[in-house]
Amino acid sequence: MEHLAEALGLTQTLELLSLSPPGWGGNLLRGLANSLKIAFGAFGFGLVLGLLGASGKLYGGPVLRDLLAIYTTVVRAVPELVLILILYYVGTDLINQAAAAMGYGRVEISGVAAGIWVLGVVQGAYATEILRGAILAVPPGQIEAARAFGMPPLMTMRRVTIPAMLSFALPGLANLWLIATKDTALLAIVGFSELTLETKQAASSTRAYFTFFLSAGALYLIVTLFSAAAFRRLEGWARKGQPSLKRGTT
Amino acid sequence: MKPTHLIAAGIAALALAAGAASAEPVKIGIAAEPYPPFASPDSAGNWVGWEIEIIEAVCAAAELDCEITPVAWDGIIPSLTGQQIDAIMASMSITEDRMQTIDFSDPYYNTPTVIVADKSSDITPTPEGLAGKILGIQASTIHQAYAQKYFEGATELRTYQTQDEANQDLVAGRIDATQADSIAMADFVASDSGACCEIKGAVADDPVILGKGVGAGVRKGDDALRESLNAGIAAILADGTHEAITAKYFTESIFNQ
Amino acid sequence: MTALRAFLLPHRVVMIAVALGLVVWAAVAMRWDWIPKYADLALLGIWRTIWILVVSVILGFLLAVPLGLAQAVGPWYLSAPARGFCTIIRGTPLLLQIWLLYYGLGSLFPQFPWIRESELWPYLRQAWPYAILALTLSYAGYEGEVLRGAFAGVPKGQIETAQAFGMPRFTTFRRIWFPQAIQSVLPTLAGETILQLKATPLVASITIVEIYAVASRVRQDTFIVYEPLLLLAVIYMIIAGAITLLFRWLESRVPVKSR
Repeated sequence: MEHLAEALGLTQTLELLSLSPPGWGGNLLRGLANSLKIAFGAFGFGLVLGLLGASGKLYGGPVLRDLLAIYTTVVRAVPELVLILILYYVGTDLINQAAAAMGYGRVEISGVAAGIWVLGVVQGAYATEILRGAILAVPPGQIEAARAFGMPPLMTMRRVTIPAMLSFALPGLANLWLIATKDTALLAIVGFSELTLETKQAASSTRAYFTFFLSAGALYLIVTLFSAAAFRRLEGWARKGQPSLKRGTT
Repeated sequence: MKPTHLIAAGIAALALAAGAASAEPVKIGIAAEPYPPFASPDSAGNWVGWEIEIIEAVCAAAELDCEITPVAWDGIIPSLTGQQIDAIMASMSITEDRMQTIDFSDPYYNTPTVIVADKSSDITPTPEGLAGKILGIQASTIHQAYAQKYFEGATELRTYQTQDEANQDLVAGRIDATQADSIAMADFVASDSGACCEIKGAVADDPVILGKGVGAGVRKGDDALRESLNAGIAAILADGTHEAITAKYFTESIFNQ
Repeated sequence: MTALRAFLLPHRVVMIAVALGLVVWAAVAMRWDWIPKYADLALLGIWRTIWILVVSVILGFLLAVPLGLAQAVGPWYLSAPARGFCTIIRGTPLLLQIWLLYYGLGSLFPQFPWIRESELWPYLRQAWPYAILALTLSYAGYEGEVLRGAFAGVPKGQIETAQAFGMPRFTTFRRIWFPQAIQSVLPTLAGETILQLKATPLVASITIVEIYAVASRVRQDTFIVYEPLLLLAVIYMIIAGAITLLFRWLESRVPVKSR
């Protein structure tokens, strides 16, 4: 391995990327861990918001429906970067003012929590639309049958609607997860130590721009490819027992 | 909006004063960018540099439990007012403009402002010497305010999020000069990557814009924290800690009253 | 008229009143005195945002057509690189791509002194070529994937018929294949173009003064945080609305197959 690296003139690159100091590989992996933490959290939070939003859009009253329409339209038209700044400053400010008004002291908001809140709100808008479409694709007879048997709404949701819509929602959700992993990079602009910012700092401290940007790109790509494979398997599992919908290429 | 702000700030200050005893850490905001020799990340994921050691010394002297929190420089004041951090110690100069929004502790260092350019160029640190050139500056700094007042128009200003990016583009030749703090620049031109360039001299002083030295920024009305930071700064200046830390990084004092 | 009446349900009237109230409150209670000072800069910023968007969308689309074709019907030595390109572009954050192009290439310049002597140097010094390049490649990567599906989705019989009539290959492409593919992707393209609009503020991080950078400058100069950001959000919503209307008009111009 060492000989190979030497032969290719990569020794210096490997030194820069080694996991223990003075290499910066550890920093990149820490950044990646933060990115994934935020992506997971935001995706989960977004799913919860999306499920609430989709139910609201489908079964809610007219006021709720219009409010949700405003939410999804605004989030999908305004750049994530702008939303992140607004939500980042407003969100923490509001939470602290509320806490102060209720007589508590300052609430500790970690960078990861703020990132999850900010990206989660953005993800929620897209998830709302994806899940709404998926619920509409479930044959209404199935849900009506559950109701006719006197199943309570929450149980209907858990036992009938969600399992039945999963196969319709998964392709959209897979895409959304990939967006979540890539959008964490935007948090670099607010100063979170996620992968992109760690990369930039390592690159500017060592002046090895290509080495670090390309390695970070490779890390993102690995995450993307692995998740795509995982979602494909998940989709296969969710489609079990359903007639194949494949009709050649799209 | 305003009264609730005041009440919130007041309660936060009270909570903080009470919190000092119950060991809630004071979050000291620094800029999330390499700014050697004051603060830069090392490969082990820690922040090191003169200012980091000063922060630790001040906190120890003031008996504060401090936690260093990196924030994007251009959002550092909103982060302070939005309560993500409690104090700013990021080489921030005490200026009239900023005093309208936040309060400052006493200064803990002060340095002149210089222009750096390629060794072969004939740039001088004056509006005439920079006419027709491209000057790189960091956003939200006294240098931006200064350049906008004295150089904008005849000189093309290019704004960067970090000083490091401006240095990088100076080396790449995308800008003709950059304006920044003399110590950070002395460190830069002495480094391998800054070998292309040299300090062309200090700009004419304008105390209103360039300020009265570097201090710790705190929220308006957060007098408890401001006073304990003042006490800490006074203590390390008096007992020689400040001098000892400075001697590790610089050949001469960077605190001139 | 009836459409308007259908829209103006009682609760909507209340909501519109609340919204108007909010706007009035914002106009009165928030600080807007900075607007006159920055109006010129803001207009220039909007113009730059639109310019970058239009150029990168057009160039990106032109690049996406061969990428889509190569993936849909090309031999392996064309389709594999095209697929690789699309995967890499779609699998990594745009911000990273922009920084790699701008700072990565920038770090190479001092090593090659002749670059500074070349005639291209005045352009290479500027930031906008890198911004356009990064955004164009990104749009091409996403659209290449969309067009792959579109080209593959045109029924084979159509193309075979054209060839049976002795239509030359290029004419078949221009008259039969391409129009049908475009028709099927126009709605997707509208969405993708809005996504591209939402990507433009990233180029502010490489010193381009577009509308996002102008809002940042207001924040930096005046320490006013929310007002410029809110106005910025409204501006982006207006541009996104205009894009939606533009594509709706385009779709109405393209004859739709009756179903």
